[in-house]
Amino acid sequence: MNAIQSDLYAALPEIIILCMAMFVLLLDLFLKSHNRSLIYIFTQVGLAAAAVVTACTHNVSVVSYAFNGMFVDDPLSDVLKLMMYLTTSVMLVYTRQYVSLRDMFRGEYFALTLFALLGMMIMVSGQHFLTLYMGLELLSLCLYALVAMDRDNPRATEAAMKYFVLGALSSGMLLYGMSMLYGVTGSLDVSEVANALLQGAPDHAVLVLGVVFLIAGLGFKLGAVPFQMWVPDVYHGAPTAVTLFIGSVTKLAAFAFMIRLLIQGLYVLAIDWQGMLAIMAVLSILIGNITAIAQTNLKRMLAYSTISHVGYLLYGFMSAGTNGYVSAMFYIMAYVLMTLGGFGIMLLLSRKGFEADNLEDLKGLNQRSPWYAFLMLLVMFSMAGVPPTLGFYAKFAVLQAALQAGFVGLVIFAVVMAAIGGFYYLRVVKLMYFDEPLDKSPIKAPIDMKVLLSLNALLLLALGMFPQRLMDICAYAITHSFQ
Amino acid sequence: MDWPILSLSIWVPIFAGVLVLCTGGDQNARLARWLALFGSIAAFLVTLPLYTHFNMMDGGFQFQEGHRWITSFNINYHLGVDGLAVPLIILTSFTTVIVVIAGWEVIEKRVAQYMAAFLIMSGLMIGVFAALDAILYYMFWEAMLIPMFLVIGIWGGPNRVYATIKFFLYTFIGSLLMLVAFIYLYHQSNSFELVDYYQLPLSFKAQILIFLAFFMAFAVKVPMWPVHTWLPDAHVEAPTGGSVVLAAIALKLGGYSFLRFAMPIAPDAAHYLSGFMITLSLIAVVYIALVALVQKDMKKLIAYSSISHMGFVTLGFFIFNPLGMEGAIVQMISHGFVSSAMFLSVGVLYDRMHSRQIADYGGVVNTMPTFAAFAVLFGMANAGLPGTSGFVGEFMVILGALQANFWFAFLASTTLILGAAYTLWMVKRVFYGEIGNAHVAALKDLNRREFFILSVLAVLVIGFGVYPQPITEMTHATVNNLLAHMAQSKLL
Repeated sequence: MNAIQSDLYAALPEIIILCMAMFVLLLDLFLKSHNRSLIYIFTQVGLAAAAVVTACTHNVSVVSYAFNGMFVDDPLSDVLKLMMYLTTSVMLVYTRQYVSLRDMFRGEYFALTLFALLGMMIMVSGQHFLTLYMGLELLSLCLYALVAMDRDNPRATEAAMKYFVLGALSSGMLLYGMSMLYGVTGSLDVSEVANALLQGAPDHAVLVLGVVFLIAGLGFKLGAVPFQMWVPDVYHGAPTAVTLFIGSVTKLAAFAFMIRLLIQGLYVLAIDWQGMLAIMAVLSILIGNITAIAQTNLKRMLAYSTISHVGYLLYGFMSAGTNGYVSAMFYIMAYVLMTLGGFGIMLLLSRKGFEADNLEDLKGLNQRSPWYAFLMLLVMFSMAGVPPTLGFYAKFAVLQAALQAGFVGLVIFAVVMAAIGGFYYLRVVKLMYFDEPLDKSPIKAPIDMKVLLSLNALLLLALGMFPQRLMDICAYAITHSFQ
Repeated sequence: MDWPILSLSIWVPIFAGVLVLCTGGDQNARLARWLALFGSIAAFLVTLPLYTHFNMMDGGFQFQEGHRWITSFNINYHLGVDGLAVPLIILTSFTTVIVVIAGWEVIEKRVAQYMAAFLIMSGLMIGVFAALDAILYYMFWEAMLIPMFLVIGIWGGPNRVYATIKFFLYTFIGSLLMLVAFIYLYHQSNSFELVDYYQLPLSFKAQILIFLAFFMAFAVKVPMWPVHTWLPDAHVEAPTGGSVVLAAIALKLGGYSFLRFAMPIAPDAAHYLSGFMITLSLIAVVYIALVALVQKDMKKLIAYSSISHMGFVTLGFFIFNPLGMEGAIVQMISHGFVSSAMFLSVGVLYDRMHSRQIADYGGVVNTMPTFAAFAVLFGMANAGLPGTSGFVGEFMVILGALQANFWFAFLASTTLILGAAYTLWMVKRVFYGEIGNAHVAALKDLNRREFFILSVLAVLVIGFGVYPQPITEMTHATVNNLLAHMAQSKLL
């Protein structure tokens, strides 16, 4: 195989998604409104095809570079990509009814989702600061448009505006940080930067300043305190379908982004970024958990809950060791599954002209449908980190990593905050089980959504009892991707 | 023994609970009840071999089962019991049968969920008593909170939401600190096996911190003064079955865990802090008994009385002699029967009058003579009358305390007076005197179901009062083993 062929071979999943995105966009032009569901089917087929290709071209434990080292195909990228296809596909199933009732069941929705996915895949596989940045921008642009999809809703427009302004600012910061690193090391390639730093960089002060900007940019994208202001507004303002997308899949990409930048590129500077991450982690857990208590809107509550989850995720990173990264990856996987379940229930309860996004709307769910109340109960206890659910092992993993790295005080703080955070998850359970229902309308949803949602929530229980497999996958992805 | 008896003891009730849940809504309530009854009886029968096949001479762990579970962190599915756990496991499965019968026609809404919650909880609590792996133990310990949270919150009294959230958060925060201690021990020993922790040498500072972390988790569950405040709230608001399970078993989880984890893992810290623990215990015994004296609500009175009795248990543990420790264990079992009986008696009255206020009653003996006889018997047992099971444990603990320090024994024995005072005064105000009002005059005596439950408990209360041998015989070797272990310093 010559060079170009092998380059294209490494990026085959991306190419499939790109083709499918353009095809969907074109197809939409020629379809009548009554057979729009063809778009949906093609999107799912595209995801499935990409998944098959990713799985088939996966070389066990092999790291292969393409496009002059700007692009990498390693176990980490393959595992994360597979998780992304799965999450996106599940999300499309959950949101299908929701978007078609709100006149958003159009080609753009699917095309933008696929383009956003493409951006994330590039972030996952980027091995060069510019590749990473390009992927990030592709993702962000699609997300701005998706947030504003519901054109007539002023809240959505406002959210999109805010998201755009702050997103552009954070991208600027990232670029500025990258340019400083370039100035000192003379390269934008992740591994070359790492090598240059290893040989001793001349100007430490500039480097650290660059890292500060990088961390600030990352903080924005992740939604960590003190860069969290956009999170609740965007979560609240965006259509629930899009919130689900922003809340779940993009976090996987942000995780990969951090691995590529901080661990693979700037590991030598770990002493410097560890402290910054620690501050962000502590603040995120504190503010996320405390503020969530005061929320009456379920989406805002989950937004603050996300902020606190990001804090726990950073606990895994700041321990700066393989154990920590594996636990962080495990945490992000668990987080994505929980988020899918939580928003899935919210989408299930919403109807035409009615968003089930207030906490009140969950009242008496146990009387309306014991089964879905039970599923939501699993999701909530999993988010709170109560065994025997997956969320417990996620917290357990990051906390033991942080304790191993010697952060005893921070771990005790995190644990106390987890108990405080327990309160607002409990309140959701309280509303579902102890209160009388406000609205008694029957819950209608397509059968595929019902089945998938049940599997999703039960998976939280099953993986909570048998987490070994998922831990193995994360350990494999992390340990076989770095030399 | 080929059968995995401990696994069966844990999973039979949980499986039965899931089956009961599958019966669905209240149109199948009858089926749910019968299924729950059979499930609980089957679960009870499964635990009996633990007694019949137990080797009384062996102070170590028996009926062990081990499987690798989560290899990344070296966590195993490891079960095993000693003379301390077996009585508590049998008490748990027995109480579940009582609770199912007690809720038979009293619970009218969401019957399947109610019965299932108790069955699942029973399995989880047996899991706590049987787990020999720290994380396995922690999973059972925490998972048990979920059904209890729902039971109090759904079927409880008017202030149930406040009570149940308080219950959950109090327990949750304590448990999380215990988890940090477990992770610390894991990094020291690279294992979550309890047996490895027993052998692990630790510095004095580490022992103190570990002991305090455990203390936070267990003291809340026991509950010890001053972290007891969730208990009266939870008890008052819980349905009768919930109160029974809380008092009879859930409180024992704390006492049991002190003996299983805190004391043997950090023995030097336990000795060093024993003065502190004894002080807290004595405050509970004396002060909480005085608090009980002024209660106007029957359930609250019994709740405070439980805290006071639990003070006896922790006192017995921390005087470090065989008599005190065995007495404390007997007291745990006895309190399981007596407090269940007391709460069921209040339940009998509450189901008829929908009031728990002492002032709403008076002269109940005139309309409910059979019931009054039972109630007086259980009151006597609660006060520690010789010949009832309540006496044996208290007497042994006081004798043990006397060996340690006269004043401990002196303060502890005030409970014989105070306990008699608050219990008998309540019995007098509720049962004797003139008929208080028209509602009391219209009361009907016990029905067959209630008579059956109360007489079974009465037989047990008197039986263990006269012949406590089965419990002491079983715990003897274990207690000696434990004390011998704790007599050795584990300092680095």
